[in-house]
Amino acid sequence: MRRRVVITGIGTATAYGMGKDALWEGLLAGRSTIARLTAFDPSGFRSRFGSEAKEFSAKDFVPKTYRKAVKVMARDTELAVAAARLAVEDAGLVTRGTLPESGGATTYPGPRMACQIGAGLIAAETDELSMALAGSVREGEAGVGGVSMRAWGDGPEGESGMNSLPPLWLLKYLPNMLACHVTIIHGTEGPSNTITCSEASGLLSLGESTRVIERDMADLAFSGSAESKVNHMGLMRLDLAGWLAPTPDDGPASVRPYDPGATGTLVGEAGGILILEELGCAHKRGVGPYCEVAGFGAAQTVGSGPADRAWVDRSGDGLAQAIAAALRDAGTTPDRIDLIVPNGCGVPDLDAAEADALRTVFGERLARIPLLCLPTVLGQSMAGQGAVMTAAAALAIRHQTLPARVHAGTPAPGLLAGAAPSAPAPIREALVCTASLGGQNAAVVLRALP
Amino acid sequence: MSRRVVITGQGWVTPLGHDVDAVWSRLLAGDSAVGPVTRFDARAFSTNFAAEVRDFDLARALADTTPHGHAALNTRFALAAAARAWRSAGLACEPGPGFRALPDKAVDPRRMGLYLGSGEGPVDTDAYFRANLAGWKAADRSLDAGAWAEAAYRLMDPRREVEQEPNLCLTHLARAFGCRGPAFNCMTACAASTQAIGEAVEIIRRGDADAMLAGGAHTMIHPLGMTGFIRLTAMSGDRDDPTTAARPFDQTRDGFVMGEGAGVVILEDLAHAKARGAGVLAEVVGYGSSADAFRITDIQPDGRGAQAAMLHCLRQAGINPREPGPDGRPGVHYISAHGTGTKENDRIETIAVKGVFGPLAPKVPFSSVKSMLGHLIQAAGAVELITCVQAIRTGFVPPTMNLRSPDPDCDLDHVPNQARDLRAQGGVGVCLSNSFGFGGQNNTLCIRKFEG
Repeated sequence: MRRRVVITGIGTATAYGMGKDALWEGLLAGRSTIARLTAFDPSGFRSRFGSEAKEFSAKDFVPKTYRKAVKVMARDTELAVAAARLAVEDAGLVTRGTLPESGGATTYPGPRMACQIGAGLIAAETDELSMALAGSVREGEAGVGGVSMRAWGDGPEGESGMNSLPPLWLLKYLPNMLACHVTIIHGTEGPSNTITCSEASGLLSLGESTRVIERDMADLAFSGSAESKVNHMGLMRLDLAGWLAPTPDDGPASVRPYDPGATGTLVGEAGGILILEELGCAHKRGVGPYCEVAGFGAAQTVGSGPADRAWVDRSGDGLAQAIAAALRDAGTTPDRIDLIVPNGCGVPDLDAAEADALRTVFGERLARIPLLCLPTVLGQSMAGQGAVMTAAAALAIRHQTLPARVHAGTPAPGLLAGAAPSAPAPIREALVCTASLGGQNAAVVLRALP
Repeated sequence: MSRRVVITGQGWVTPLGHDVDAVWSRLLAGDSAVGPVTRFDARAFSTNFAAEVRDFDLARALADTTPHGHAALNTRFALAAAARAWRSAGLACEPGPGFRALPDKAVDPRRMGLYLGSGEGPVDTDAYFRANLAGWKAADRSLDAGAWAEAAYRLMDPRREVEQEPNLCLTHLARAFGCRGPAFNCMTACAASTQAIGEAVEIIRRGDADAMLAGGAHTMIHPLGMTGFIRLTAMSGDRDDPTTAARPFDQTRDGFVMGEGAGVVILEDLAHAKARGAGVLAEVVGYGSSADAFRITDIQPDGRGAQAAMLHCLRQAGINPREPGPDGRPGVHYISAHGTGTKENDRIETIAVKGVFGPLAPKVPFSSVKSMLGHLIQAAGAVELITCVQAIRTGFVPPTMNLRSPDPDCDLDHVPNQARDLRAQGGVGVCLSNSFGFGGQNNTLCIRKFEG
């Protein structure tokens, strides 16, 4: 008998604000958070707009004793840590991270809790590194990229070269730090992983958490992803990859999925953590789950593009295969899906493959299934995407309401992704799916519980 | 009844060479791969040595390298390792010199997945440093984002930047080998490729794939990679004699030595392997995973996390670590240690092994090949699992080299300085391979000699 897995807590850190209520209100209102970037002056970049998470202090989401550690957290980690805390509160759990100082008991023992948090490459802070590198330029020495390796290597401690970087410099940027900080804060001692597959990181993590609970290696999992692309390297790399739409300096700028005139996506930043629990355990503690994680599927695209875009395959075969696997795993069929949350990010190659995959699986019925594309309101946070997409679908199921759909243009015919206000709707099963830069595809089927 | 998973192919690229049997002989001979860093001028670095991969040319491993022309070095290592694994698994490839994988009639590409613990591609240091220098305004000690971006657009090669994404290794392997099944990449630091193999095994067991290419590839032998670990004081600073700098379990150990490379295994559902007549190298019988949940910079002092990973793994394998087998030997015949050579890791890993095996702990050979290969970071686990397969195949276990002054806190059987021939004792039937990641993610695999 397969152990069933349900979502009992949602924590999100997005431009709408902290927590699932802020997310839901923003989605219902269909309010776009895309604006000119403010974290740094973007005028030198071709793409200057995006979605920035609302200001928050990670210190407010960790126990007092852990506040010092915030110093070694990159923005991506802060988003994950905040989302984790919000998810714990939403699920009504007590963990080591939320125990009152007077003590008490945690809801679950540490070894029965898992933690899978997807992440992206975290770029070192440009200011700090630039300053250190600039101090190691030596006249007449070509060095590496203009930096003297001699000067870089043997500067006095705390003063110059590598020795001016903080001792824990590297730790701040390891992708596994998202999960590691969360395991430490909340005391999860079960399996923990860090999946790094660009946009697919979040859904692949959700799939793996579900499997870990299914095979009885845990009763609960912190599952999700976080990433910020609102930094120099994040913005630059995505632009160089051909993912971003050029924007005028003063806008307007928008993400227009499946629009023949779309020229790319816009950056974003987001974190989302879902609390997954084995159904019986959730029942035992008397919580009403949002929905069941009924099915999961994954597949790899074998790219047919030229060497410099080796991952590109406009056919969408890989995504279609992942979706079919998820439907099969959920014991359902395409005609029972009431809502699709695809990546829908406005990158022409990716959109084309995605639309093709959806047509393959859903046929003519696709024209009647609403497509909720979050990048139109929250930008593209890459790894951060999956958990927030899943959160949106779970909330839609909980409220039996379709969030507003935002679109500044016109999606290709046969795709229900155009602008529409929010509306009540029966949503029994929802599909969340994405391809990725790199060709990994993942799909999750969520199902309302009776 | 859960499906049985076997290893039918293996390949690696290591600092001691690239052929499985040749490198194995060198490991048994106690060779060291450590020497001065040659990839860039590291003379002024407090750790100026590493175990570099030498004589590596992807064109010798693959007939057609054009789709991989811009691939990062770690991806190139992975492609070469996977090509060897593919060939050793008897999967279809073009005859003649130069390797090209062919669709294998016995394998459905949609049922063949990938799970790697590949690291990020090394930074294109030249362009990155120059952009940073262009952006830094010394006069007002601040970064000019516009100047930075102008230089970055001018200097950075889009084709090289994208290859730094850690999932691009999957992309290239999929392209070279036609894998269309479930695909994941994980980055749990030093535990990544062990975890990748473990999760790949679970995917096959559940029936979500029939075969998986699994393993890892990594290099951090570049200025920023070395910088990061030097700042953490995690690496040995023994500049006088690099070949003995990696001293796991030795009282004088002062950190790990950086290595690089790749290890890839072909995992298969046993029935699938049998149906296509594949040879079996070993069976994977256990996988355990845990988190320390302790501190970012320290390991649980009682080794609880490491113990949990080993215990889950042994339970899955059906082995009671405190009970001798019918032959009087412990149920595990060899443990490939995480054994980095840092003060804390080796001491606490020893405590953990004692906690798991109790009075039998001193009877289990427990050595670290990092003393010879260095620490391959994310690729370490996969390469070390292959050494376990070799131990099973040959009946020898590799030594911990440079173990001259035993540490009273590391008092197990570390197979000091000399490989051991266990054939007279009945060979090596069961191995554990430990990998513990920085930050507290722990993973252990258990493999067993395949018996029908």
